[in-house]
Amino acid sequence: MENKKNSRLLDALLLLLIILPLVLAMALKICTAPEEPLEDGVIISGAQVYFTIAMPLQEWPITAAQVNSWAIILSILGVCLYLTHGIRVIPDSKRQLAAEWIVDTVNKLVKSNMGEKFMGFAPFVAGILALSALSSLSSLLGLFAPTSDLNIVLGWAILVFILITHYKLKGGLWNYIKGFFSPIPVFAPLNIIGEVATPISMSFRHYGNVMSGMVISTLIAYALRSLSNMLLGWLPGILGQIPFLQVGLPAVLSLYFDIFSGCMQAFIFAMLTMMFVATAVPEEG
Amino acid sequence: MLEIAIGIILGCCAIGAGIALIAGIGPGIGEGQAVAKACEAVGRQPESRSAVTSTLILGCALAETTGLYGLIIGILLIFVAPGSFVGILKSAIEWSKTIL
Repeated sequence: MENKKNSRLLDALLLLLIILPLVLAMALKICTAPEEPLEDGVIISGAQVYFTIAMPLQEWPITAAQVNSWAIILSILGVCLYLTHGIRVIPDSKRQLAAEWIVDTVNKLVKSNMGEKFMGFAPFVAGILALSALSSLSSLLGLFAPTSDLNIVLGWAILVFILITHYKLKGGLWNYIKGFFSPIPVFAPLNIIGEVATPISMSFRHYGNVMSGMVISTLIAYALRSLSNMLLGWLPGILGQIPFLQVGLPAVLSLYFDIFSGCMQAFIFAMLTMMFVATAVPEEG
Repeated sequence: MLEIAIGIILGCCAIGAGIALIAGIGPGIGEGQAVAKACEAVGRQPESRSAVTSTLILGCALAETTGLYGLIIGILLIFVAPGSFVGILKSAIEWSKTIL
């Protein structure tokens, strides 16, 4: 009896750990929101800078993108702990089945794309998938999506680039350098550019998709507001103020730009990570 | 004089953004080809529909990359470049004043 009560308490605490970071991020956004501008205009800006920390060389800005991604990391930690605490050999709860399904799916994905040798990569790939997908989906809560900031995505891409280089160096430093001069030494500049382009193209692809979706939906929402002001502005009193035309279309666009595009880009980022790392490993023999 | 210069900067940034988005032609043609081939493949082997669809979506997203490069340049030219160019112009004017 005592045991069950404790487990209930732990459940509640973990659920709090899932929800609280996101609520705090939203509260921070609401508290620090700038005053409503008086003139009627559309504002598209990057991540809001919450505060700056003095550093020796340059001030270190803490932006909305960073804070939101920390909140999402904490939430994912909460989800993982919630799904896996109190697991048994024979599953008797739905959440253990859910956890097993997630692990199974990622294992299958890694096995089919990278092979048996790289099964140790499954947690990393699952981490990238979850972080990227939930970051893009966090815009549904009204937060600034961390993936629409280039710095965040470039950080992940550089991490992947370091992994790739690490696995290439496993074949020996000499082979790594020789790889740049193949098939003939004239190709060396092209090979180096191709190597450096990997993280840039990975991060630009993800960032460009999410950010262009954000820009387009902002512009369309603004255009619909202006249109309804123009067409329905003659209605008396407060009825004229309500932008009726904004109902509907932005939601349909959000279905594509936020949900489909965000999940798709997360999947592509994970796929490319797997492919690049798998091909970087030198062949044995 | 400064107003004219700023006007030229803004106009040229807008024109450049428009030109940068010509990059959308390439991915458009490429993705159209990919979808056409995928339709053919599904028509020939309807049972392979799910595999073809998932490969198609992945390929389309990859082919979109070059278009997105153009888009990012366009967005930079509209939202970022005018401010920084005007800043450069103003600091250059200040600098020339101190020289003369």
